[in-house]
Amino acid sequence: MIVAIASGKGGTGKTTVALSLALAADRPVRLLDCDVEEPNCHLFLAGEQTFREDVTLPTPAVDLDACTACGTCGETCQFGGIIVLPTGAHVFPGLCHACGACVRLCPAGALREEPRRIGELTEIQAGTITLITGRLDVGQTLAPPVVRAVRARGDGEELQIVDAPPGTSCPVVAAVRGADVVVLVTEPTPFGLNDLELAVETVRRLGLPFGVIVNRAGAGDARVHEYCAKEGIPILMEIPQDRRIAEAYARGLPVVSACPELRPAFLALLDRLAEMARHAVMVRTCGRRVFYAVDEGVNL
Amino acid sequence: MRELVVLSGKGGTGKTSVLGSLAVLAGRAVLADCDVDAADLHLLLHPVVLRSEPFFAGHEAMIRAEACTGCGACAPLCRAGAILAHNGSYAVEPLLCEGCGLCVRICPAAAIDFPSRRCGELYVSETRVGPMVHARLDPGGESSGKLVTLVRREARKLAVERGETWVLVDGPPGIGCPVIASLSEATGVLVVTEPTPSGRHDLERVLELCRHFGVPPSVCVNKWDLHPELTADIEELARAQGAQVVGRIPYDLTVTTAQVQGRPVVELKGPAADEITALWARLQAIGGASAIRA
Repeated sequence: MIVAIASGKGGTGKTTVALSLALAADRPVRLLDCDVEEPNCHLFLAGEQTFREDVTLPTPAVDLDACTACGTCGETCQFGGIIVLPTGAHVFPGLCHACGACVRLCPAGALREEPRRIGELTEIQAGTITLITGRLDVGQTLAPPVVRAVRARGDGEELQIVDAPPGTSCPVVAAVRGADVVVLVTEPTPFGLNDLELAVETVRRLGLPFGVIVNRAGAGDARVHEYCAKEGIPILMEIPQDRRIAEAYARGLPVVSACPELRPAFLALLDRLAEMARHAVMVRTCGRRVFYAVDEGVNL
Repeated sequence: MRELVVLSGKGGTGKTSVLGSLAVLAGRAVLADCDVDAADLHLLLHPVVLRSEPFFAGHEAMIRAEACTGCGACAPLCRAGAILAHNGSYAVEPLLCEGCGLCVRICPAAAIDFPSRRCGELYVSETRVGPMVHARLDPGGESSGKLVTLVRREARKLAVERGETWVLVDGPPGIGCPVIASLSEATGVLVVTEPTPSGRHDLERVLELCRHFGVPPSVCVNKWDLHPELTADIEELARAQGAQVVGRIPYDLTVTTAQVQGRPVVELKGPAADEITALWARLQAIGGASAIRA
């Protein structure tokens, strides 16, 4: 099962929830840190590094002897990554999206691809948790390929927990796509609600089952709860507003370590998420008839 | 004109609460919300939208089902994996298409259209402290960096037209494409961080990015009293990396109260409001010097 932890707004507690689920699990977990611009899970887990590799993108290089300066590649590139001067084509690697169009369409065969590093991937073993961290190099713009490299290190059988980046744009889509179930972490404030609504739109577009965790419950107002009730979105858990939880996090303790009494709740949450994922698969494969049967508790 | 961008690396450290307050303290400024995929500044400043326009960036491939012969030449060439077999022909999944156009060019039946892609909407608005440029990226959308560039360009244009001194920019979290678009050519950056392992780690990467683009950073630690020793450590790190430390904001629940009331926190009395007021004075004092290049 792949559980993705996401949120529109940053700083609502994605990482503490992802870590808490991984720490509470009663089986081996692969924790995939897909917040590749600012990965943080590794700051809370100690373990031995077991793997490392560069994340690269195939980027065109020009053989100026073969280049006829015909201009095809420059017209082809939709990202402004190549200009063609009378002396030949010139590549701006920072703008290249590695689509391969220029190489494929060059009539002179003057372009070849070379790997260009944009980030790295590391793996550490911390007890039963295998943490895979993607890290975009500072100054690079293309986060989604690094996110996809992290996701590709997951294994179909195991429990995988994905810590997604904040926001609703392409890196988030790359992180949560193909997950079995999504948890949206929010806080009961106007910012939390506004960004939750955007995240819900994104997850609905992807057609994934999801629920909400309200962090800092009691801090703001009731509008997040009202919104979830109106939209029929399950609230899976509430983590209370408590200065001590914030202080513990500041000292490197995720919420389940600061409040061990929450461990059973996180373990139960994993079961509930598995149930939501199974239910969604039945709806997809069998259509609405089964959907109603499951809702009514009919034993199939 | 001075363009100050508020960044954080880590999300949720208080960028928008600080920036909304700076706007009120400045009295007059042009505001730009560059967190285009989760914009929140409007919830504090309640802009009245004067003009909105759709934002188009790049193109997206669309296969005309009636013209597609089902030859399958396109699908294996698409590195985004966006072309999916569908009832004997092929279809493009818009969320995955990156708009490179390779399929359009190689389709032997010329069955693939390549229209401009709508990615969001841009707004030019008026608030009680000055004009505001903001945007909404369509959920799951591409090209957030280009939309950020457009927001900044409009904001600068307004500042020139109206002779405003300050452009105050609410930046996105992270260090990737939209952050780089927010940061390049700005006159100063204020990084709002927090005393947590994540806050410290993410600050280091943002400061490295500022160095990379040659923009001088200032740093303030929000909720500093959650971990005073780590706060001191972060301030030392910031100074060592060439940043000016311009303030400490205490953990103060009036920040949440203000947000619930839809107001910048500086309009409520409390320790956070006092500190942000002092912070603004310091930012102005170093205005012509190293931290803000005029």
